[in-house]
Amino acid sequence: MTVFETLRSALRGITANKLRSALTLLGVMIGVAAVILLLAVGNGSSQQVNGLITQLGTNTLTVRAGSGFGFGGGAVTSDNSTKKLTLDVANRLADAGLGHVDAVVPQVTTNLTVSSTSASEDSISLVGTTPNYFTVTTAKIGTGESFTKADVTSAAKVVVIGSTLATELFPRSSALGQSISVDGTPFTVVGILATQSSTGITDSNSVVVAPISRVQRSYTGFGAISTMTVEATSSADVSAAQGEIEVMLNQLLKYDPTDTSATAPYTVTDQSSLLQTAAQTAQSYTVLLGAVAAISLLVGGIGVTNVMLVTVTERTREIGIRKALGATRPAILGQFLVEAATLTLLGGVLGVVVALIGAQFEINGTQPVVLGYSVPLALGVSVAIGVFFGVYPAARAAAMRPIQALRSI
Amino acid sequence: MTIAAPDTHRADRGDAGSPDYDAGTVLELRGIRQTYGTGEAAVHALQGIDLVVARGDYLAIMGPSGSGKSTLMNLLGCLDIASDGQYLLGGVDVSSLDDRQLAKVRNKQIGFVFQSFNLIPRMTALANVELPLIYGGVKSAERRRLALEALDMVGLADRVDHRPQALSGGQQQRVAIARALVTSPTIVLADEPTGNLDSQSTDDVLSILDSLSRAGRTIVVITHEDTVGEHAARVVSIRDGRLVSDRRNRPLGTAKGAAA
Repeated sequence: MTVFETLRSALRGITANKLRSALTLLGVMIGVAAVILLLAVGNGSSQQVNGLITQLGTNTLTVRAGSGFGFGGGAVTSDNSTKKLTLDVANRLADAGLGHVDAVVPQVTTNLTVSSTSASEDSISLVGTTPNYFTVTTAKIGTGESFTKADVTSAAKVVVIGSTLATELFPRSSALGQSISVDGTPFTVVGILATQSSTGITDSNSVVVAPISRVQRSYTGFGAISTMTVEATSSADVSAAQGEIEVMLNQLLKYDPTDTSATAPYTVTDQSSLLQTAAQTAQSYTVLLGAVAAISLLVGGIGVTNVMLVTVTERTREIGIRKALGATRPAILGQFLVEAATLTLLGGVLGVVVALIGAQFEINGTQPVVLGYSVPLALGVSVAIGVFFGVYPAARAAAMRPIQALRSI
Repeated sequence: MTIAAPDTHRADRGDAGSPDYDAGTVLELRGIRQTYGTGEAAVHALQGIDLVVARGDYLAIMGPSGSGKSTLMNLLGCLDIASDGQYLLGGVDVSSLDDRQLAKVRNKQIGFVFQSFNLIPRMTALANVELPLIYGGVKSAERRRLALEALDMVGLADRVDHRPQALSGGQQQRVAIARALVTSPTIVLADEPTGNLDSQSTDDVLSILDSLSRAGRTIVVITHEDTVGEHAARVVSIRDGRLVSDRRNRPLGTAKGAAA
């Protein structure tokens, strides 16, 4: 029996029962597509986080007012005013000439209504800071320019706004040079931020950044500031810089870390380590999705197995007839092998195609990135399951005496 | 109706392993026993069968149901292996053959006609008849020619593209006969070939077997119907797993309806 003949009888077997073949195909297809796509979604989200880490740089530290890991960033509820993280503290920290600290960027934040002549946006985050904000943090000037140190000194009414906010406020023209009203006070737009990938809850493309002096004078008052971003001289010096800052701040804020009764007036967090944790979370998310996908592949495989077992049991008599006519075991095995392999491969390839098409679309805010190994893995596992359960019972039937196989059913 | 004469070279296949092998003998059974199960539950289907069938003979094996005639037929067709005894087919002891060699014997030397036709559904009559040739390694064009010839011989030249379910019982059995003949086997075995047929179809099938016999083919038919037995040149009766009578209706080489 030639290879061509084997192929022909296998194809005849497949087309003989179209519904059964279609179901097998569908089972394999769904299993393979699910594995590839789910792994791609997990991988995509973890790549997103990794992208943020790279974007942020690994040489910044964030100093927040208050103890603990709260993200509130409000003033410390302490009676002792000397223990507040203020602009003065930030300036003294910057001027202290610390060996591993390049820049200190103080920030105050508040949420306000921002409007142009044509549109108004509620709860826009207003950040008051210094010009080095645009060099140290992820917020970069896209078009226009930053406000200057002189603007900070003079508390000028100039702002840099996020790209999303710019198009919302000025849908038809450029926002540059236009006047916007922040809670009733007019400001001139001097720059627009480059679009950045969003970290989630807050839209970093919908912010207003103004000189810190102006924001304190008009909105927040001269009390505590929310955060300081500290840039270390290099990523290797981050922990050294953290040590220096802590010593300096303890001194400035009269805080004794050995005094257990006192609450820390500030918290220093390493931005990159925070994102590192996020990356790990994304990693376990991928593993979880992979496990779900593996289960769906298994269930699909059991479906295929079932169909294959039924097929062979039904066809044991046919195997008997073929043996009575002089078919050898290899000839029968070859036919069933090719039949099972063709069906599962076809289903698998269709599954890959579906997954690759699906990966072109954003799923739940994540752009899936197909993992190279997932394609041969999913394909291999499904084909192996299909072929094994297609061939194993056929092998059993082919090993029978013809009369046993003929008597079945 | 033209029927190709059997390949006379097949007689040369005899081996030196059986000294008393006669070139005129197609098959020989020596002390064949078949037992199913063991101990108390053992069923002795065949209890020592000795039988010699000559080339060109038309033999009917008759007996009531449960007599062991189907068991005997399955052994003759190499569909089953005897528990004990020797079965020489063309001088070769088939019990010593391995799976691959047995497949070859079934393919080249035996043409089997079943009571229940055993055609493969969803395959056309032509494809069914071609099947043994595929396993025999015959090339596509030659295969088609031989299969069409065999179908023409059983009078189904106009039904080659029909599937079994679109054919009557008699037509299905004629396709099965064509399939049994297409490889020019040494021996044609028919197990109750008319058991599922009406009288008209029975007559058709029997007349085909008669003409095969006239053309010199060796035929062994199993039946419990006397009318079928009458067509054979030799009738062997079996009862409780033993041969009880052996009677010759006509001399070897003559068939019913042939000019005496």
